[in-house]
Amino acid sequence: MAAESTEPLLARSVASWCADATGVSAVTRLSGGASQETWSFDIEHPDGNLGAILRRAPAGYGAASGRACGLDTEAALIRRAQEAGVPAPVVLHALDENDGLGTGFIMKRIAGETIPRKILRDELFAAVRPKLAHQLGGILAGIHGLPQAELPELRRMTAAAEIDELADDIAAFNWPRPVFQLALRWLRDRDPGVADRVTLVHGDFRHGNLMIGPDGVRAVLDWELAHLGDPMEDLGWICVNSWRFGEIDRPVGGFGERNDLFAGYEAASGMRIDPSRVKFWEVMGTLRWGVMCCGMMQRFRDGPDHSMERAMIGRRSSETEIDLLRLLAPRA
Amino acid sequence: MQDEPTPAELTKAVADFLRNDIAPQISGHAAFKLRVAINALDLVTRQLSLQGDSDAAELHGLTMLLGVHGTLAGLNADLAERIAAGDVDLDTPGVKEHLWQTTLAKLAVDQPNYAAYKRETEK
Repeated sequence: MAAESTEPLLARSVASWCADATGVSAVTRLSGGASQETWSFDIEHPDGNLGAILRRAPAGYGAASGRACGLDTEAALIRRAQEAGVPAPVVLHALDENDGLGTGFIMKRIAGETIPRKILRDELFAAVRPKLAHQLGGILAGIHGLPQAELPELRRMTAAAEIDELADDIAAFNWPRPVFQLALRWLRDRDPGVADRVTLVHGDFRHGNLMIGPDGVRAVLDWELAHLGDPMEDLGWICVNSWRFGEIDRPVGGFGERNDLFAGYEAASGMRIDPSRVKFWEVMGTLRWGVMCCGMMQRFRDGPDHSMERAMIGRRSSETEIDLLRLLAPRA
Repeated sequence: MQDEPTPAELTKAVADFLRNDIAPQISGHAAFKLRVAINALDLVTRQLSLQGDSDAAELHGLTMLLGVHGTLAGLNADLAERIAAGDVDLDTPGVKEHLWQTTLAKLAVDQPNYAAYKRETEK
């Protein structure tokens, strides 16, 4: 959607739900593809301007599909989490037909850093880095503790269903992957079964989706892959080696130890973590990222986007193969 | 018979030109995309240089493991199927070493700077 049409529509929308707002300004598109856009803008207000972010999809997009829960559900989840004390953006308005902006939501803009290399290397974050794993454990406990009755309807996943889905994806790529087959067998042999505790699972809780300041985690972003399932999936995902950005000896996001993540979780939830169950989900997550890279290769080849970036992500599947071998068949 | 320079020499020459002459002049989002382009060319150079030897070693390894002759793709598919069926696993003699060798060979082409690869090749 062009900026010329977005700005007046935003102004009209804001006027309908923000009392005393006098208009919008600095409307800037941050990112976007065919199916989703992110915009930054300011709400002009006599008490001081309010920074905001618009996430939207045009009509026909934005609904739940595949692993994505859809923008309406995402907005409801973020709102629920934020109200319950989980660091998350404040949702100001969920778009409706009157807004004429498609599906999506507007949230308060938060200042902070999401770029993993900066969070891992910059002096600004030196003091907070050692505390992050513990803090993230507590945040995950908060997310998993959200009462299901208060959540929007979500896809329910089990380990067995996930393994089957990955096996089907791998078969469809029509490219022999002995290491992936090894991982699938390992997972099937060790499937812990349906979790005693089925909760909200964030689904993409990792470096890159965490907005961090010198004071700590300011917001958990990108809730579109949220679903119901085994909460240990989230603890496994953040330990996947690809999200350590080179700091391979610090399993949690490249900045922390598993014990700190578990301690933070246990302190906030009162529940003991089973490390072998988390390892199961770390293996699952490593395989899933590898399968996603292969999927990106397919999309590069099939088009319509034949970009080099997409093509090169296809060549990242091998990083997950070495990570799987390090997990399942470590050399001395 | 095709002529010289070799494809690898050409891709290296283009990558070095982009890296040394063009990249210093580019900033912003275009600079990011240019880095991806240079990485892609470097990958092609590495594959063209290394693939002959690594494919030969892999084919030999598969032939020894499976006890049959075939193509690289065919034998890899065979190995993958046997692992999926549970007929071959990490306890099968030679499998762990074979999977490690072939995976390291992939990383040598795709991402020799990947931290886990550097760690494993320092051993």
